[in-house]
Amino acid sequence: MKRYNHILILIAAVAGVQVLTAVLGKQFYLTQLTMTAYYCIAIVGLTLLMGFAGQISLGHAGFFAIGGYTSAVLTTLDLSQFKDSSIVSLLAKLFIVTSRQDLYGGQVLSFNPWAAFIIAIGLTLVIAYIIGIPVLKLKGHYLAMATLGFGTIIYSIVLGTQRFGAADGISSVPAFTLLPGLAVSGNTEFRVRNYYLAWTLVIGVMVLLINLINSRVGRALRAIHGAEDAAGAMGVDTARFKLNTFILSAALASMAGVFLTHYNGGIGPSEASIMKSVRYVAIVSVGGMGSLWGTLIMSTTLTFLSLRGYFGTFDDAVFGAILIVIMLFSPQGILQFDVKALLKKLLRKKE
Amino acid sequence: MRIFKLLTVVVACFALFAAPVFAAETVKVGALLAVTGPASFLGAPEAKTLEMLVEEINAKGGINGKKIELIIKDTQASPEKAVSFAKQLIDEEKVFAIIGPSTSGETMQIKNIAEAGKTLLLSCAAAEVIVNPVAKYVFKTPQMDKHAVIRIFQQMKKMNISKIGVLSSNTGFGKAGKEQIEKIAPEHGIQILVNEVYDKAATDLTAEVTKVKAANVQAVINWSIEPAQAIVIKNIRQIGLTIPVFQSHGFGNINYVKAAGAAAEGVIFPAGRLLVADTLSDKNPQKAVLVDYKKKYEAKYKEDVSTFGGHGYDAMMILAKAVEKAGADKEKVRDTIETMKGFVGTAGVFNFSAEDHNGLDLNAFEMLTVKDGKFVVYEK
Amino acid sequence: MFLELFFQYLVAGLTYGTIYAIVGIGFNIVYNTTGIINFAQGEFVMLGGMIAVSLHSLLPLPIAIAAAVVLTMAIGALIEMTFIRWLVKPAVLRMIIITIGISILVREAALHLWGESVRSLPYFTGNEISAFSFGGVRVSPQVLWTLGICSVIVISLNLFFKYTMLGREMRACASNRDAAALCGIPTRNMVTLSFALAAGIGALAGAVVSPITQTSYSIGTGLAIKGFTVAILGGLGNSMAAVAAGFILGILESFSIWVMPTAYKDAIAITILLAMLFVRPSGLFGNKEAFRLKDF
Repeated sequence: MKRYNHILILIAAVAGVQVLTAVLGKQFYLTQLTMTAYYCIAIVGLTLLMGFAGQISLGHAGFFAIGGYTSAVLTTLDLSQFKDSSIVSLLAKLFIVTSRQDLYGGQVLSFNPWAAFIIAIGLTLVIAYIIGIPVLKLKGHYLAMATLGFGTIIYSIVLGTQRFGAADGISSVPAFTLLPGLAVSGNTEFRVRNYYLAWTLVIGVMVLLINLINSRVGRALRAIHGAEDAAGAMGVDTARFKLNTFILSAALASMAGVFLTHYNGGIGPSEASIMKSVRYVAIVSVGGMGSLWGTLIMSTTLTFLSLRGYFGTFDDAVFGAILIVIMLFSPQGILQFDVKALLKKLLRKKE
Repeated sequence: MRIFKLLTVVVACFALFAAPVFAAETVKVGALLAVTGPASFLGAPEAKTLEMLVEEINAKGGINGKKIELIIKDTQASPEKAVSFAKQLIDEEKVFAIIGPSTSGETMQIKNIAEAGKTLLLSCAAAEVIVNPVAKYVFKTPQMDKHAVIRIFQQMKKMNISKIGVLSSNTGFGKAGKEQIEKIAPEHGIQILVNEVYDKAATDLTAEVTKVKAANVQAVINWSIEPAQAIVIKNIRQIGLTIPVFQSHGFGNINYVKAAGAAAEGVIFPAGRLLVADTLSDKNPQKAVLVDYKKKYEAKYKEDVSTFGGHGYDAMMILAKAVEKAGADKEKVRDTIETMKGFVGTAGVFNFSAEDHNGLDLNAFEMLTVKDGKFVVYEK
Repeated sequence: MFLELFFQYLVAGLTYGTIYAIVGIGFNIVYNTTGIINFAQGEFVMLGGMIAVSLHSLLPLPIAIAAAVVLTMAIGALIEMTFIRWLVKPAVLRMIIITIGISILVREAALHLWGESVRSLPYFTGNEISAFSFGGVRVSPQVLWTLGICSVIVISLNLFFKYTMLGREMRACASNRDAAALCGIPTRNMVTLSFALAAGIGALAGAVVSPITQTSYSIGTGLAIKGFTVAILGGLGNSMAAVAAGFILGILESFSIWVMPTAYKDAIAITILLAMLFVRPSGLFGNKEAFRLKDF
């Protein structure tokens, strides 16, 4: 199974990095690596949409925010005062609403993170479906405009609504206990577990996507990317394939949003901003549009360096410079960067 | 195997950056400031102030012989970066204390992290939720929004104003002020007839102020901290509204007065005394501190001092004083700050207690106005 | 009172609209000769304002603005020559990413050059509080300046493209680059020229609106997004339609404030515009047939 070779390398790298940090006593790197992993899920999902179905989305941060905010709102919503109402007590019996202790020792009755997670994904699927039908009929710059508009609307709602914390965002989001002993939380003692959890998710998503693009669906998508009309003439239901891909990539972004929100213990409106969407699109491009692995490597490196703050006040400038350099000299993405060919070209010019 | 090659490069990069930073006997202070990005008008002067102070303290031989090592991280005002950097400073740099963040949103996101990491957090952001409920390790140096609001309402009472319009920007600062105005207004018999939130990056607000005009109010309060507040007052005067205009302490930056020109004349707002340091009477306890800071900052950076930089000044000086008194012991320093009384800073005179991690009262604000393009104390 | 308010909102909408329209025109000029959506267009507006303010401390106002326009045009041409000129038939997305990268770099350079503080030029006539009153509707003189100068820009652009040799050559480039090249038109120089022209228009607009909107290093991005919206909604390539779409967007935003909380201004305006786009995917004034044939 050749297609899994890279997966095996990834697994080895994930484990290797953890062992390395443990040996060097630099385990704190895992914090940013975990955050990076969640962003990678959103970005790899976008690669499927952009690189394989050929549809640009300048509003993907919107889906990330829908996931994160839905989960944050539901898990921090205090229903204690409605404890006796029939709906809330029914929800409590079904374990959809559970009681927990907040930081200051008070009892809070709020949605179980699992329930919130499912609601968040469900909501994303519905919104992606409703938005997707009209939006995906558009092409080129018009599609870019429509998705940009979607992103703007989500940002504007998040920033304008009191319930979403307006400019402050939502903080004190509780841990998300997946299984007993395994919780998504930023707590230092769970750092290693969370690192493996996040990267296991990334690996899972990669396996899913690799299988998808090597299946009938993947061939159909590539046909759509190459020549939509021809694909349609050959009997590919282009509208349906595009829509399903859009929904899948939205769901991945949303899932990433939920997990990162629980890991960070909060979310702010910057996660929904247009600049964030643009950043995702840019990373997919420099990773090499149609290359899941290229995107994964680029998004890991760029996000990690940015989250570590290596570039100080030059963070955006470095990002912009990397974009330009890769797009100018290696438009097929970082993995296709061919130094020899470039040198040859330059030398030949001189002659 | 291109991937393999790249992975090796990536891993090598990590190893390179992982090189340990060795430092002898220093007090490590981390700072999370929005030096660039949408809140840079807060973070940039704060960062400059901290750099200036640390340079000065170290030139004098440090605190009790220990030099300060300052690590400034630029959060660009985004919470996810603040979270990442806060963990970095606490787990990895093992800093003694953190100064910042500049905005309330970021501070709230890392409040729990500082608390769990048992690391002092001296926030430079204004919102009341930062210190209410009180968290053991979290303090803040800017004045309380509610005190600013009360000062404004007291002034309104003197002027017989009861029907007002409220404008605020969609930032943490605007939001916090708006909430306090809504909460406190009924206690002072003030009615809010129109209440609008506008975009922080707005370039023209004629439509918003038209809405205020239509509501027939007696005065308008604008609560924001970004350049848009200069646009607001221009637009108010342009559409012919002549009612008194009140601003928040976010107006305490002479650049906004310059930008608003003639429209800034007569604006009334509460602010710390830094802006009118030179005109204070010599008896004022703050005068010496204020004049000293203003002179040093303006000489070094060739730009006007702002109250925001002052919040950084207060945070650093409070920390330095506590370390001087209690030695480099986190718990002792925390206790020292909590019991600190009568500390004279740029924002006012701080009196901390276990219930009050801000330590400032109504008196920290002075009502100011603009006359001939300069800040002066409002007297009427 | 109702009518008075109506017109006051209308004036506000026109003010927003003019700014959007000018950025939208800049998008179209570059798009027409190159097929590129230049996301750095907003940065030209920023540069125009910032350079004019800096020069104004040394030079009288009109000369400072003229010099700012010339300098920004040079920067626009330089950007084209450095990053774009030598690319052979670049893909659309590649160009979008490159222009986004350029936009980020210009913005960051401005941040480190000018700092984060906000500047503005003085009002051309009158001051910050003066206003003309038209039957209760009050208009700042600077708004009239902006409307006037922007109309002049639009009209002279039209004349330029219709009646001058250079303008016709640029239009030939726009409709068919290969054919234009065959006719001996230096298409590459036309592309450089279109960047310079777009930069100049943006810079002039940036200087003229700076007393109203103020200028700081970060205003470019927001303007680029608005300008892109306007260019697309009008129908790509059609500058007059961009002006109309700019005014529609500005007026929609302004009137949405009348009935709804301001916080949702963008959401409301964009929702209405998207709805229009779904009904007419070729843009509000675009040609359906041409849209189908166009290569994106």
